[in-house]
Amino acid sequence: MLNWLRRPKYGSLERREMPAGIWAKCPRCRNLIYRKELERNLKVCPKCAYHHRLTAVERLEITLDENSFREYDAGLTSTDPLGFENYPAKLSEARAKTDQAEAVITGEGTIDGSQTIIGALDFHFMGGSMGSAVGEKVARAAERSYEQRLPLVIFSASGGARMQEGVLSLMQLAKTSAAIGRIHDAGLPYLSVMCDPTTGGVTASFAFLGDVILAEPGALIGFAGRRVIEQTIRRKLPDDFQTAEFCLQKGLIDMVVPRTEMRSALARLLAFVGAPRVLPAAIEPAPAAQP
Amino acid sequence: MTERTPSPAVDLDRQLADLEQEIERLRKRSREQSVSVDAELGPLLERADHLRVQIYTNPSPWHIVQLARQSQRPRLLDFVGTLCSDVMELHGDRLYRDDPALLAALARFEGQPVVVIGHNKGKDTKENIARNFGMPYPEGYRKALRAMRLAEKFRYPVISFVDTPGAYPGDEAEERGQAEAIARNIQEMSRLRVPLVVVITGEGGSGGALAIAVGDVVLMLQYAVYTVISPEGCAAILWHDASRARDAAEALKLTAQDLQTLGVVDEVLPEPFGGAHRDPDATFAAVREALGRHLQALREVPIEILLDRRYKKYRRMGRILEQSEQSAQSSQSPRPLAGDG
Repeated sequence: MLNWLRRPKYGSLERREMPAGIWAKCPRCRNLIYRKELERNLKVCPKCAYHHRLTAVERLEITLDENSFREYDAGLTSTDPLGFENYPAKLSEARAKTDQAEAVITGEGTIDGSQTIIGALDFHFMGGSMGSAVGEKVARAAERSYEQRLPLVIFSASGGARMQEGVLSLMQLAKTSAAIGRIHDAGLPYLSVMCDPTTGGVTASFAFLGDVILAEPGALIGFAGRRVIEQTIRRKLPDDFQTAEFCLQKGLIDMVVPRTEMRSALARLLAFVGAPRVLPAAIEPAPAAQP
Repeated sequence: MTERTPSPAVDLDRQLADLEQEIERLRKRSREQSVSVDAELGPLLERADHLRVQIYTNPSPWHIVQLARQSQRPRLLDFVGTLCSDVMELHGDRLYRDDPALLAALARFEGQPVVVIGHNKGKDTKENIARNFGMPYPEGYRKALRAMRLAEKFRYPVISFVDTPGAYPGDEAEERGQAEAIARNIQEMSRLRVPLVVVITGEGGSGGALAIAVGDVVLMLQYAVYTVISPEGCAAILWHDASRARDAAEALKLTAQDLQTLGVVDEVLPEPFGGAHRDPDATFAAVREALGRHLQALREVPIEILLDRRYKKYRRMGRILEQSEQSAQSSQSPRPLAGDG
């Protein structure tokens, strides 16, 4: 994999999701794969096409043009507003494990030359859960898209709202959705990419509000958890329930795109919707709406 | 939150429940056998009142959860029937079906036309089964959005009543886009061009509640709750033990008072001693007064200003720490963001 993204504080990521060594074992097909080959293949299993989960840094590296990334709000983090049992410890643990400050990285960069605002959630950081900081960073990214008249691209990978921040996490659904609403009002494009897994509060807010919604093959996408649904309906669910392919068939998303083709798919979409354009005066916000 | 022993409030609950059962038994005997039980009843009633005072003077969060879920608590149709006149229910999302778990209606509040939406929990088991315990499918949320669009078209304010355990977690709800329906409503409510007043009357169950709970003003009854996850769900995930729901209820800060402190709720409406069901008329009066006052104030605000205020209100929610670029590198001295949450 590429490795150009160097962030001032958190540096490059230690890749812990697979044990170190020359060989890696695919969790799906159980084949041993030469690690370098797996990395070259963007962590997609060459044998069974299983898409290993990526960190946010890896995601940005394989998506953006080399050295085009400028990060926003790197120092923005969550606090412990409710005094919730163990939350500060869990945050520290997540920071140590991922070398990230929070569960999302946002910034701007170019995809095959197209300037865009971009965000990537990191499932390795407390399950990519959305607390105040994740919501704030996503909302700010959306506002920068609005202010700079640039497209917005967000890669989601999240278990949902961050329980430890209680109802303040729930309010991040409203905060991010409202900010995305402004992008739509301004006629700016927002591309949402759902990666494994995208569930709960993130699906019930910005992830499902894209003009075009893409997903990686096999990604788990859904609002309620499988176990809760099975308990509710007292039936087993089919294996493919809530997969990207299932969602495509049900009409919930636009396309399933293999990781190796994602960058070019985004570039092509941006060529359609991301070109600079003159906005009609009628949809400019009224002066009163300006902060 | 480290307190793990059952709180004394629960023992009081149990004692009260036993007493009430005993009282009911005595009364039944008195009715059936036409004998006076006053001598026996008197002390029991006194004891029960004493217990109630103890319990309701300072109810624990877990006790408030019980009150919010109380089967006798006033339901949507009680509120709408009492507070509104000329109610005409609207049906269907025009896409799939009519969802009885969610009500949409044209109505008059103090003579003025409004659009009312709300979770439609039942009073008894039969009604609850018919209305899916107030847990909407996507089509319920889409019906609500359709009704809100009508409100926008005719410039009527929207009153939304929130009382749901959550959005229905079923396979068909998923297939029809539960997440999308919720996300869409949240986004559209954040920019709907008419005043929106929300009243959380019972259970505010996560995304399923928020899907009709974005408002210029969010009111909350004193013993309603509003939470990102049920206390039982939270306990099951955090401690793999749903029986620790009581601890989770404390930790989640889900009471009206907590939510006002956190800036999520604008005003807490007092309930009668012991809960809304003890004196529904007093509850309706409190809701009527607050609704009237806020709707009148909101009608006078130009829509662009109202939308800007609504945006900023939600934009501010949450608590964050922000470090400058320099200090971020040394990860020193985090400072709270000026003006946050």
